[in-house]
Amino acid sequence: MSQSELSEINDLVADLKNIVGGGYVLDDKADLLVYEYDGSIDRGSPVVIVLPASATEISSVLKLARAHSIPVVARGAGTGLSGGAIAEQGGIVISMARMNKILEVNSDDRYAIVEPGVVNLDLSTHVGPQGLYYAPDPSSQRACTIGGNIAENAGGPHCLAYGVTTNHVLGMEVVLADGSVTWFGENERDGVGYDLRGITIGSEGTLAIVTKISVRLLRSPEHVKTILMAFETIEDASAAVTGIIGAGMVPAAIEMMDHFCIKAAEGAVGAGYPEGAGAVLLVELDGLFEAVEEEYEEIEAICREFGPLEVRVADDSLEREKLWSGRKGVLGALGRLAPNYYLVDGTIPRTKLVDVLRQINELSERSGYPIANLLHAGDGNLHPSILFDERKPGDVENILAIGSEILRICVESGGVLSGEHGIGLEKQDQMPLMFSDEDMATMSLLKIAFETEDLLNPGKVFPTGAGCGDISQARAIARVGPGAYI
Amino acid sequence: MVEAQQMSQPSWLNESELYKCVHCGFCLQACPTYLATGLETESPRGRIALMKAVNEGRLEISDQVMRHWDLCIQCRACEDVCPSGVPYGNLIESTMDRLRVHRKIGFVPRLAYEISLRYLIPNQRNLAIVFSMMNFYIKSGLQKLVRKTKILKLISDRLERLEKMTPSINGKFFRAQGQFYSADVEGTEKIQMLSGCVMPLTQGDQMRAAVRMLNRANKDVEIPSNQGCCGAINSHVGGLEKAKELARANIDAFSKGNDSEPIVVASAGCGARMMEYGHLLSDDADYALKAVNFSKRVVDINEFLDQSKLQPGEASIHKIVTYQDSCHLANVQKVKDAPRNLIKSIGGVDFCELKGSNVCCGAGGTYMITEPEMSEAVLTEKIRNLADSGADIIATANPGCFMQLDNGIKAAGLDVEVKYVTELLDETYKQK
Repeated sequence: MSQSELSEINDLVADLKNIVGGGYVLDDKADLLVYEYDGSIDRGSPVVIVLPASATEISSVLKLARAHSIPVVARGAGTGLSGGAIAEQGGIVISMARMNKILEVNSDDRYAIVEPGVVNLDLSTHVGPQGLYYAPDPSSQRACTIGGNIAENAGGPHCLAYGVTTNHVLGMEVVLADGSVTWFGENERDGVGYDLRGITIGSEGTLAIVTKISVRLLRSPEHVKTILMAFETIEDASAAVTGIIGAGMVPAAIEMMDHFCIKAAEGAVGAGYPEGAGAVLLVELDGLFEAVEEEYEEIEAICREFGPLEVRVADDSLEREKLWSGRKGVLGALGRLAPNYYLVDGTIPRTKLVDVLRQINELSERSGYPIANLLHAGDGNLHPSILFDERKPGDVENILAIGSEILRICVESGGVLSGEHGIGLEKQDQMPLMFSDEDMATMSLLKIAFETEDLLNPGKVFPTGAGCGDISQARAIARVGPGAYI
Repeated sequence: MVEAQQMSQPSWLNESELYKCVHCGFCLQACPTYLATGLETESPRGRIALMKAVNEGRLEISDQVMRHWDLCIQCRACEDVCPSGVPYGNLIESTMDRLRVHRKIGFVPRLAYEISLRYLIPNQRNLAIVFSMMNFYIKSGLQKLVRKTKILKLISDRLERLEKMTPSINGKFFRAQGQFYSADVEGTEKIQMLSGCVMPLTQGDQMRAAVRMLNRANKDVEIPSNQGCCGAINSHVGGLEKAKELARANIDAFSKGNDSEPIVVASAGCGARMMEYGHLLSDDADYALKAVNFSKRVVDINEFLDQSKLQPGEASIHKIVTYQDSCHLANVQKVKDAPRNLIKSIGGVDFCELKGSNVCCGAGGTYMITEPEMSEAVLTEKIRNLADSGADIIATANPGCFMQLDNGIKAAGLDVEVKYVTELLDETYKQK
């Protein structure tokens, strides 16, 4: 770093301290190091981290960033899986950790106003005693934040019946790149006019920084039933899913885990999944008592056609929690099977489940890398997780290539690049698999309408270069570095 | 500062344990120091990232880096929620041990540190002298005088704060002299019990109550002589060699003539340490096997009484009672239900779950003395939740938690009593 660059950084740090207070600006080497990762494989070191307490402070930070022409990346809990919160081009990381208050709960009109740093599960826990909950439930819900959920338009097991984050956000206060503070959408109900709220959700912090959110709360269901169904093979389990959906039923959730996941989850929490099974389904029904019971009988009958090894029903909340704990912890639990995993997030039409899983299995056998499959099966959202060891030379390159191939399979069978984790750094170069140059140009017009300087989370979502699968692979490797920590 | 060359030498960290962390972030909300600060550096994931960075030669061990590890309370709540099964306790313990060579400490603190860890904690006789002096200080009225005149404040704020932590001495010292307490029932099982280091001196009455409960559960209780501190304090602050020495002494003390009886422990932190002697001494050719066998015998008193189906006495306690998980009982020993079951079994008790009962109170053994600011920040949230709960009594299972909660309650002026679960049970047998 040159002398003039150093002195510019020192000025920036001093100005930031004036905005948020000295204790909330971090630039020690150790600080920069622990803010360079998220829950996935990418890494990028910020120049400075700032922890503001209000939209006003964020506004001042953005004005300052513009004056210095330095990028700004907002960060929730850093649990993302596509590199959205990685400061790839350095710059300022804005941590939302201090903006973690639930500001208002209106149980009559069923909405809550929260700050972006509120932890997803904390909101449901907070409104639980009033018979309410917040529906989007990513598996990382006990750590991830509502702000981060908005950036990635996060889903979760229950988005099958209830939709993803965008379906539950009524409106939000945002700070634009020029530092102006405004409100998108409505406070208490759906809005009219251009849906700026909808555009911002899932934009991964490239359009604006969200500082306050009004979310829809749902009434907790009267009755909930969770059913564990074990099958000999993953094909049988997939066929059962197709059967349920084909019969026109929409359970609250249909999750699938293969034998790798069953083993890992059992090791982690002992959820009671039968270890000999090739795959298990976790189906949840909720609603009025009679409706749930009726639905259950129908679903059980459908599953019986595919010869389940076991059907187990959890009625009380403790048993249900146990079944779900295995599913929600399974990703981290893969650490028990291999030192690293690379989780791929793609979506396919549900009728293609059997075919796509077969192709993934073939890919695994051909490459010699085990691939654990966990799926939000009900809506065709796949999470094949490639198991590897970063310390083995060549592993990183190989698994990135496999990941890319899986996404190609998804898109070719009529699916999309991401179900719920976002594009971020991870998949930007695969965007051309789905979008034409015209599509992409239209999207950049939107980005330009918000800011022309490209300082808000630059280098995300849009392809960085030539936009060809093979080249993107090389870029990914160049970024991570062979044998690097991934 | 260490040379890069030195750091790239074989790591003090077990790499297969270290690289189990896939940085998913599930640990963040379980970590008391992350909850108190919102800083990634004060989270388990951050602390592990720093270990990895040092291990990979990307970061030098500086004072700032050490601060982040020092600020870990070692409650191990992260381990309990980690889906990957990262043995964080092992990682932080070996890191703390390694850090001794990097520390630049002033002469006086170094002296205090060395004396406490080498000559006081491990030696019951020396420790008893110190606590006798403390007892005299409290009972003679000297403490009142010191507090009234605020004389210590003149010397330093820190000293004044330390003085406030002076533990009260409850009853006569409980000395381990090979004594035997019979349940007076025929054909009953005999168990051995840990006396420990600080608890038998400050809380002799509570130790005796614990013995009475074991007798009530029809167990004969032996307190083997020559036993001592479990080594937890030494291992937390980076003294693994001394901890190993203490572990070997206890293994010998509890294996004389019998190496199968349960070893019941009334302080959760000690129980957790002793359950991990197997790991601690895995490199010791003479003791590795003995340690594994020893660890299997260790059981917490709450777990033991719950499994023994102890029925409480006839007296009821008409109070609202809550329970603070002792971290090393919940997170290491995985005992969460037993103390709650025991409390709920008492007639008249209205049990209420404390918000955040599974989050550390900030005691952390000597942490409350060495890191008073963070300890207090963590305690403040705990006391706020306690005040909101409306409880009359907060029960717990470890002397550190007991003292920390007691200090917090007094400072906040709350009308809440701190009790051991066993103490509450004991009260049900007393004639009103």
